[in-house]
Amino acid sequence: MRIPPKYTQMIAVAVLAGATLATLAVLLFIIGYVLNKGLPVVSFQFLFSNPEDMGRAGGIFPTLVGSVLLPLLAIAIAMPLGVGTAVYLTEYTRETRATKVIRFGTDCLAGIPSIIFGLFGFIFFVVMLQFGWSLLSGGLTLAIMILPTIIRTSEEAIRAVPHSYREVSFSLGATRWETVMKVVLPNALPGIVTGVMLGIGRCISETAAVIFTAGLALRLPRSVFDSTRTMAVHFYTLAREGISNENAYGTAAVLIIAVLLTNLAAYWLMHRFIARRTK
Amino acid sequence: MSDAKIVVRRLGVFFGQAQSLRWVTMDVPRNRILGIIGPSGSGKTTFLRTLNRLNDLSPDTHIEGEVLLDGQDIHHPNFDVVALRKRIGMVFALPVPLPMSIFDNVVYGARLAGVKRDKWDELVERSLRAAFLWDEVKDRLHTSGMRLSGGQQQRLCLARTLAMEPEVVLLDEPCSGLDPISTAKIEEALTILKAKYTIVLVTNNTKQAARVADDTAFFLMGEMVEHGPTSQIFTVPRDKRTNDYVTGRFG
Repeated sequence: MRIPPKYTQMIAVAVLAGATLATLAVLLFIIGYVLNKGLPVVSFQFLFSNPEDMGRAGGIFPTLVGSVLLPLLAIAIAMPLGVGTAVYLTEYTRETRATKVIRFGTDCLAGIPSIIFGLFGFIFFVVMLQFGWSLLSGGLTLAIMILPTIIRTSEEAIRAVPHSYREVSFSLGATRWETVMKVVLPNALPGIVTGVMLGIGRCISETAAVIFTAGLALRLPRSVFDSTRTMAVHFYTLAREGISNENAYGTAAVLIIAVLLTNLAAYWLMHRFIARRTK
Repeated sequence: MSDAKIVVRRLGVFFGQAQSLRWVTMDVPRNRILGIIGPSGSGKTTFLRTLNRLNDLSPDTHIEGEVLLDGQDIHHPNFDVVALRKRIGMVFALPVPLPMSIFDNVVYGARLAGVKRDKWDELVERSLRAAFLWDEVKDRLHTSGMRLSGGQQQRLCLARTLAMEPEVVLLDEPCSGLDPISTAKIEEALTILKAKYTIVLVTNNTKQAARVADDTAFFLMGEMVEHGPTSQIFTVPRDKRTNDYVTGRFG
């Protein structure tokens, strides 16, 4: 039985559009559900006051701070390492067995469940190096967890910079380092930022690795050696222990909005950056 | 010998197993335009890219023979490649403005070479004038170089090369994608520039070589077949293959 091309075309469009709509619908449903249940408890008071009675009452201010500081620390550690590795792999080495092994290694690292990173962080940073449950242990653990993502996205972004740009730069008397700094990285930046945003997203939403390394303290951290709790962990604790469903959804709503706002800000910055260079 | 800016002796260039240049020997005279003609794949571009060692960037490149710039071997281990590329500028076949403003494109090399900021304005104007582009862009120096037309982009690339104040300018089919008016502007610029620079012009357009080159070399399948004053190459070539090529019988 042969279906005329006109109909296969129609069927293809219908299936593809259906898949897209289904995905969007699930996403919108989740966001809508959480916002619907969570937003009623969100207020200025909720955002900026301390939790009381383990989170049954009061606000989420310390966890908001934790959710900002922990990813920032992780990115501050992972970005230079990750982008540096990507630059080294793409610009300073030729494709050899060694670079293939490194690349395979990072791919494997990317596929490891986060709880394993959490256990590693607990054994290595918390216990062996005696950093304790702290921002530092959590930041280092999350940095290792997102490193493969940052390396691979940066590598792709750097490879996508036209080879002719590099030739022009070299022909104008630039060294390799000057070429990397003035031509390669600025042009790869949008791609690198995308990788970093993915990394931040993973850090913000991570629970398993964070509980084991940054702990559960509901106080404001005073230094990197203090334990902290992120919104994601707070949500998990409130819901898991049955402490307060209302506040759990309130926290989740804030978390979702925070992620959305970070992404919007990043895209806005990136567009401004690109526009400035091509206008 | 004394008036040769670049001396090439038995130059062989290999990419992996393939030999792209077969023992080329010739002098590039100072303050003249050397035109290099020949069909695609004849090694013209490889020859050009050997002169500023851009072939080094391709893996598996292997070079034999000698290239002397003012008597110094450019492939000597102690020879500074970055300094070499500052002395020998290059304009590529396709105009590639870097994604930055016209101004920043022109000062790119000078900035790296450590030219002081207060000299930049003057340098930009001088270079753009020399490339016959100044009048068209003087009011929008801080807009992106990528928004120029193809012909303007190529003149921007020429200006960018001139702003390094090199001694030699290599041009790799600089007019291949340009309209006749832009081509005329670039050719006019070149004939003025040769007073100051040594110019090597690779071209697929034999008429262009006849118009602007003082000397012409004919390349075929990696060999330099013939080299001499342009008038001689185009009227009384010694080699039959040269004659066939310039009269359009093949290639």
